[in-house]
Amino acid sequence: MAELRLKSFRFRAEREADWLRLDALLSKAEARSAAALSDDELLAVPVLYRSSLSSLSVARATSLDRALIDYLESLCTRAYFFVYGTRSSALERIGGFFARDWPAAAKAAWRETLVCAILTVLGAVAAYVLVMHDPEWFYAFVPQGLVEGRGPDASTAALRATLFDSQHNQLLSVMATFLFTHNAGVALLAFALGFAFCLPSALLMVDNGCVLGAFLAVFVHHGLGVEVGGWLMIHGVTELFATMLAGAAGFRIGTALAFPGELTRMESVSQAGRSAAVLMGGVMVMLFCAGILEGVGRQLIQVTWVRYAIAVSSGVIWITYLYAPRATKVAVSHG
Amino acid sequence: MAKAPEAWAPVIGPPAESRFERELVTPEGVDLRLRLAEASERAAAFLLDAAIMVGILVVLTAVAIGAMIGAGGKGGTPQIIMVIWLLGFFLLRNAYFILFELTPKAATPGKRALGLRVAARNGGRLTADAIFARNAMRELEVFLPLSFLVSHTNQVDAWLDLLGIVWCSIFIFFPLFNRDRLRVGDLVAGTWVVKAPRRALMADVAETAFASKAAFAAQGDFAFSQAQLDAYGTKELQVLEDVLRRTEVRTVTAVADRIRGKIGWTRGPIESDYAFLDAYYLALRARLESRLLFGRRRRDKYDTAP
Repeated sequence: MAELRLKSFRFRAEREADWLRLDALLSKAEARSAAALSDDELLAVPVLYRSSLSSLSVARATSLDRALIDYLESLCTRAYFFVYGTRSSALERIGGFFARDWPAAAKAAWRETLVCAILTVLGAVAAYVLVMHDPEWFYAFVPQGLVEGRGPDASTAALRATLFDSQHNQLLSVMATFLFTHNAGVALLAFALGFAFCLPSALLMVDNGCVLGAFLAVFVHHGLGVEVGGWLMIHGVTELFATMLAGAAGFRIGTALAFPGELTRMESVSQAGRSAAVLMGGVMVMLFCAGILEGVGRQLIQVTWVRYAIAVSSGVIWITYLYAPRATKVAVSHG
Repeated sequence: MAKAPEAWAPVIGPPAESRFERELVTPEGVDLRLRLAEASERAAAFLLDAAIMVGILVVLTAVAIGAMIGAGGKGGTPQIIMVIWLLGFFLLRNAYFILFELTPKAATPGKRALGLRVAARNGGRLTADAIFARNAMRELEVFLPLSFLVSHTNQVDAWLDLLGIVWCSIFIFFPLFNRDRLRVGDLVAGTWVVKAPRRALMADVAETAFASKAAFAAQGDFAFSQAQLDAYGTKELQVLEDVLRRTEVRTVTAVADRIRGKIGWTRGPIESDYAFLDAYYLALRARLESRLLFGRRRRDKYDTAP
């Protein structure tokens, strides 16, 4: 009688309780978080995990019970991800992003950011000079959708009205364009097109500068230079900075793809991609702030010098936040 | 140390290799044989998530419309409600995937429903920046082309539409053109999506067979000869395991008849198909497992090496 009992079954009967205990602990931790486990349970998990792994090895070598091996594989995989995975909660990790990851990524990409800034300024200067020379150039630089009656043909009064306008429908249209088309679109494109060896990103930066320069030229031509500066820069500092960072993120991916160095191309792209994506996460936050400044701040604040004050302080805040040296330098964990 | 399993390889025999199985050797030196999610599962998970997001959006919109009707169009309130709605939409599409994938389960509700999770390709810890990366790319893969398609501003957009569709299809079908089923976001982030199903521990068929042995004893003496047990291998044993687990009468009858024919078994007067299969499974497994202990894994019935 007893000799007919399979060895594989006796093996299972001896260890089954451990597997089920591990299973229960994992379910408990997965349902809420690792904090749901008591100290004893938390200490038990790695021990149970290792014994289950050894069970899996034994089962693979000695048992022909398919269901048992499948079960142990799934149990061990779950336990592996728990034991060697991350334990911190989503909120803690988001905190880490703001405290550490984002500024570190921005700092690492300072060269690319500088290149983007130079390209934007070059574009702006070129467009400014050309439009000042011949206003017809304006239409070559600025897409129809953005003109909204601010072309070179508009009268000074009409132009002034576009700068100081407290109508509420402005708020909505501006927010809508922010969220769905222009700013986020330019930033994302600059990032995405980095794959094509940086060139399209560079062009986008120049193009963005051109739009800026052309607008400036029109208003300066009508003697509204100071006012337009306030109107643009109240959110423009944040927004242009964000666009440049996005371009820098694209550049990083592009250069990693073009010059992988000692890594394989795939590894090099995925390494650059991670830091670039952190940067893009930050860019989205900045664009969000810019959208609020543009949609709400600019409508409520109609005084030019206050607009300048906000512009300058936002610039100072971003630069200090991103580039100021940190007291404790914690290396970003790379698994 | 990580090489330890290889020393055993000739004894264990290669595990059933499939197109979607990948090696993941734990620091303890055991290969967990991860299974990658298939493209169809990924698509289904995404559609589920999209449906959930659309559902939330519909609720958000309904609340916004309700609030607007409540406000009665006074002053700037409708605009402010619209702005809040837009911000909510922006947050939803950006935060949904990231927040869920940052949790210990590393999966959105759609992935959870299909038993999938995100994992780092190098087998290490799934870092937060990897999750940001794979979801920032999602913005490019899905939402950007969608917004291109939705926001028609003038007539020359036919070309833009076409470009948007081409763009979209490159990204959408990208996973089909590499063997790891990587999305562009996975490629950039160094992640992949694997199956992490939760299985329940099922009763051992051999044990239920053993338990019912006494009950079936009256139906005859199930003693199989060596030759009769050598008719099949591991693969057939596991098919038989499935049959016994499902216990569909017609399948059980058909399989029992096949096996009787193959091994030349004469059916007893009151012998039931189920009793026969139970007894044969038990005997076959005992035989194959005892040979396994001596280092011989018989893959299937065609495997005739000594």
